Amino acid sequence: MTTIEISCVEVWREISNYLDGEISADLRERMEKHFSACAHCTAVLDGTRNIIGLVGDGTLFQMPEGFSKRLYAKIRNLPPSPPRG
Amino acid sequence: MSAIQSQSRTNEAYLIKRVCDGEREVFYELVRPYERMVYATAISIVKNPADAEEVAQEAVLKAFSKLASFRGESKFSTWLIQITYNEAKMKLRKARPNLYESIDDAQQNEEGEFWPKDYADWRPIPSELLEENEIRQAVQDAISSLSESYREVLILRDVQRLSIKETMTILGISEGSVKTRLHRARLLLRDSLAPGIDGRWIKRQPYRKVRPW
Repeated sequence: MTTIEISCVEVWREISNYLDGEISADLRERMEKHFSACAHCTAVLDGTRNIIGLVGDGTLFQMPEGFSKRLYAKIRNLPPSPPRG
Repeated sequence: MSAIQSQSRTNEAYLIKRVCDGEREVFYELVRPYERMVYATAISIVKNPADAEEVAQEAVLKAFSKLASFRGESKFSTWLIQITYNEAKMKLRKARPNLYESIDDAQQNEEGEFWPKDYADWRPIPSELLEENEIRQAVQDAISSLSESYREVLILRDVQRLSIKETMTILGISEGSVKTRLHRARLLLRDSLAPGIDGRWIKRQPYRKVRPW
């Protein structure tokens, strides 16, 4: 079976959905075929995947020093139990 | 739901019950796994650390006062992030009451096509580099420079790893908007980080562009 080719612009539009698994099997196949032949789109794909990894790394946002301690102190000052809902 | 997720929800439900029954100290145990999540959500909206800490604390205190009304329809973490998000937005609105969100440039351009910059190749930026303050700051600055509507989707989806559905609920936007904004946010980040982090600062050589645009 032949797959219908897609353009770079169409690939870029779907790159994020591709990485999230939010596309059809058919489109996935067409995109993969495109990536294997297009260095530029592969660079966009690799870059985007890398960005997602960096942003999702748990160490990106560091809490200020003493944050937990101050939060705990606030909690200790709360009334003994929350108001009844 | 996986077995582990289901176990952690059962455990949370137990902790919540104990807090509601008067064991206030247990509340800290309940929120501790999400401290960083709360802080990250806050700083992604209000941007400066002092305001973010204030928002995060307010959100946690509010979660305590509303805890008895938590029905477990969503995960506790999602509920807590929703509260944090609302607190942060309120803080922002107080700080700049005359600014309408509708003039946010992102929303106006959302429908247009986005062309990622044409870097011929991509040299991966390893996560270990985040240990270097300069690099971590650069990634944070790149996120800060996104307009609000892109930034909040990116934070919820890629930093907090919430599902599309959870993100839709918290932000009150459609599935299509979540996807489009996330897509745009990721590509914008890639564009702004590519030449800075790897190309110029570390290897001291710019990326090669193969096309004139």
